[in-house]
Amino acid sequence: MPLATEGDRGAGADRARPTRRRRFNTRRALTILAFLSPAFIVVAIFTYYPLLVGGQMAFHQWSLWDLNNTPFIGLDNFRTLIADPAFGRTMLNSLIWVVGSLVPQFVIGFLIALGLRRSFRMRGLYQAIAFYPWAISGFLIGILFRWMFNSEFGVINDMLMRSGITDGPIPWLANPRLALVAVIIANIWYGVTFFAIMILAALQSVPEELTEAAALDGAGRVRTLFQIVIPTIRSTLILTVLLRVIWIFNFPDIIYAMTGGGPGNQTQIATTWMIQFTQQGNYGLASALGFIVMGVLIVFTGAYLSILTRKGSL
Amino acid sequence: MINRDPLSLKIFRAVGLSVWLIITLFPLYWVLLTSFKPANQIAEYPVRYWPREFSFENYIRLFSTSNFGQYIWNSLLVSATAASVATVIALLSGYVLSRFEFRSKGAVMVAFLVTQMVPAFIALGPLYQMFVKLGLVDSRFGLVLVYIAMTIPFSAIMLRGFFDNVPDSLEEAAMVDGLTRFGALWRVLVPVMRPGIIATFIFNFVNCWNELFLSVTLIQSTGNRTIPTALNSFISSFNIEWGPMSAAAVLTILPTMVLFAFASRWIVAGLTQGATKG
Repeated sequence: MPLATEGDRGAGADRARPTRRRRFNTRRALTILAFLSPAFIVVAIFTYYPLLVGGQMAFHQWSLWDLNNTPFIGLDNFRTLIADPAFGRTMLNSLIWVVGSLVPQFVIGFLIALGLRRSFRMRGLYQAIAFYPWAISGFLIGILFRWMFNSEFGVINDMLMRSGITDGPIPWLANPRLALVAVIIANIWYGVTFFAIMILAALQSVPEELTEAAALDGAGRVRTLFQIVIPTIRSTLILTVLLRVIWIFNFPDIIYAMTGGGPGNQTQIATTWMIQFTQQGNYGLASALGFIVMGVLIVFTGAYLSILTRKGSL
Repeated sequence: MINRDPLSLKIFRAVGLSVWLIITLFPLYWVLLTSFKPANQIAEYPVRYWPREFSFENYIRLFSTSNFGQYIWNSLLVSATAASVATVIALLSGYVLSRFEFRSKGAVMVAFLVTQMVPAFIALGPLYQMFVKLGLVDSRFGLVLVYIAMTIPFSAIMLRGFFDNVPDSLEEAAMVDGLTRFGALWRVLVPVMRPGIIATFIFNFVNCWNELFLSVTLIQSTGNRTIPTALNSFISSFNIEWGPMSAAAVLTILPTMVLFAFASRWIVAGLTQGATKG
């Protein structure tokens, strides 16, 4: 994808010797092959092969408990899924999960990046501390929030009650309406760091002269931000949001740890549902659901890029 | 650069950043606190924000009621081995992707990137079946192999970015002096790129350390469990014991947090480059 923001520095490596690049060079081809093959052999065996086998399971009746009887059943798995009463709920939840997490993550992350843009004393230390959620797995974050949202001894209820916002403890994770809110709050907390890091890096790539020139022309801070800075980093923002949508859609860990999709499928998203199918040994359904997820993501990616790149190139 | 921001903006920024720091650190504080509370104070109401007394009870219980020491060792062994091998293999791929232009290069990049986007759960069943045939089920070695494959693609992309920052005149000079390409890479480029390589290694290590669903599927006996697999069995039990659970969480978080803080600058550089270059 031609999405480079800082110019393709990789091409510079070969520009130095253009004559050698023209003709086919066996030695050169062998070098490339030799250097790439270890990676490819490992990834092919342990990632691609299982993915391809898994892909075709979508069209088979495939249960872990009946491995000798896996007939081809066409699109039956897809029909079973769509007919399942949980299907609509799951798809809607996936959408709420992605949008409800991503928008606040983006806004807060952007504000933090703006705050960290100018250098100040201890900025390095601040980043090293404040960006720590990145080192922790989503699964563990889910465990921490499950404890904090605990209805009896949870600290969140305690703070709400002490500050007089609520009168009694709220059963966050047991309440069908609030459980989704709780898992999204945990996810927002977790994902802000990612946006802060990416947007900060993008902001720092904006040349200082550009914003200074705008300031000299009398543009205020807010105007400079919206008319100079954001357009300059637009391609990074578009790409970051896209990567994040794909990632959050595929990210069941927090929900898995906090509610396991419950109560009564109220926090079930596509990937937690997939986990449930694999735990039941029903790999056919899990795989079919995986296809639906990929289909949704491919359609989304296409639409997203064509809408956002039409008004000028990325 | 002259900092001409008005005082009000500076104050606003300082307050905003401080508030976020508190929000970010609070869950960590809370789990640390819980882990040091004596058992009778964990399930106590009203909740205490500073315990009456600190105790190691939960840690002692954690190690005496489970094989947590063994789990830590397993996680360490598997993550360190997988991360080292993956980093070396990805170093070779990253080098080629940075230094050579060839027709299928775009396809290679896409092949790497696709692995990051497909829901991995599709692969769990077939992987399990394959491991049954290979006799690798419930083996730490098998888990290492899967983790190597899992971490290679992104580290190759990350390392490519780091190679791009090193002028190729460096290894060309070494090759004129008689080193092979591999020798030049190993003896000249690797020392120069040490920060980037360490960052990639740490990134891989943390990813393996945190990995849950593959290990839950492929590891069965308690003796081979990694930490996330063990935590998974803790939260799956009917009555979660939050004291030992918090102690386990603290022990899981601390090593990776320290590693990340140590290398965050380079990891951030590598990730942002990798992502924006596609």
